[in-house]
Amino acid sequence: MNGGKEWLMIAVIALVTAALRFLPFAVFSGSRKTPAIVQKLGRLLPYAAMGMLVVYCLKDVSFASLAGFLPSLIASVLVVVLHLWKRNTLISIVCGTVCYMLLVQTVF
Amino acid sequence: MNHSQEKTKQIKQSKSRHPLLLRALLDTLPVMTGYVVLGFGFGLLMKANGYGPLWTIAMSLFVYAGSMQYAAVGLMASGASLLTAALTTLMVNARHLFYGISMIERYRDAGWRKGYLIFALTDETYSLVCRDIEGIEKGERRDYDLLVSLLDHIYWVSGSMLGALAGILIPFDSSGIEFALTALFLTVFVEQWLSKQDHKPALIGVLVTVVSLLIFGSEHFLIPAMIVILPLLCGYREGESV
Repeated sequence: MNGGKEWLMIAVIALVTAALRFLPFAVFSGSRKTPAIVQKLGRLLPYAAMGMLVVYCLKDVSFASLAGFLPSLIASVLVVVLHLWKRNTLISIVCGTVCYMLLVQTVF
Repeated sequence: MNHSQEKTKQIKQSKSRHPLLLRALLDTLPVMTGYVVLGFGFGLLMKANGYGPLWTIAMSLFVYAGSMQYAAVGLMASGASLLTAALTTLMVNARHLFYGISMIERYRDAGWRKGYLIFALTDETYSLVCRDIEGIEKGERRDYDLLVSLLDHIYWVSGSMLGALAGILIPFDSSGIEFALTALFLTVFVEQWLSKQDHKPALIGVLVTVVSLLIFGSEHFLIPAMIVILPLLCGYREGESV
């Protein structure tokens, strides 16, 4: 189990991950001005990327049973409604998470 | 600038240090919750597969990518090839390209912090540093970003360490607590939605990803989604002002 191969694999995974993180900066850095199209992407991507990330988090919901989607749905709606109402990140997250935990542990 | 002015400035700076850390601590609380729990789970999983604390800590320190670390346990245990490991990492972590592209301008002048800021740009850290934040001066923003990145990294490593050393009793049933991260992303999404008149970029992100999920399934949907989102945003006509 303590083989060098696994250490090598961890190194590969770490390097590829870091490469993905560094690549955009490596390509568009230095004194050169970032191309307009990339600047535009930089402005718009956060909005699209957060949308993508939310879907990514909810990717495992299943509509085959109520338990497969209702806890996520109810807790997500609660987070959004609370946040629209109070705009307090901590309140939204704590209430949403507690609600989800209660649903998962006791109801479904 | 004369001496007394300089002194006042120094005092001001040292005073402002504390609230900045406090602010970063408060803002990263949801990440702490999620990372300690998910990190703990990762440590347990490593342990169950026969990998000791050293392996776990090394991975959490140097790979520092939650979902990929979970996937890596399977790869290691099944004796997958290095090529498979590299390709899986490319697929699972390709979304980090998006984060990089959107942080190029903001991190441009980060100086000595830059290397670490980029290395530590996880989903959760990205969701905190990509925001426009009120109440933080422009000059302090880089330090704020650094503090957020460092704190998140510390949470992740601490959580994994606890899991690796396990035997530590969790005093309550914590199942479902990982929803804290989903909730964090949702609140950032709502904040962004409220801050911009034009909702189409956000809608593009959600809709394209949902359609891709429906077509390709939960294992392979991210890259097709990214491939469609990029040209859509490139060809997008921006509104008047942000």
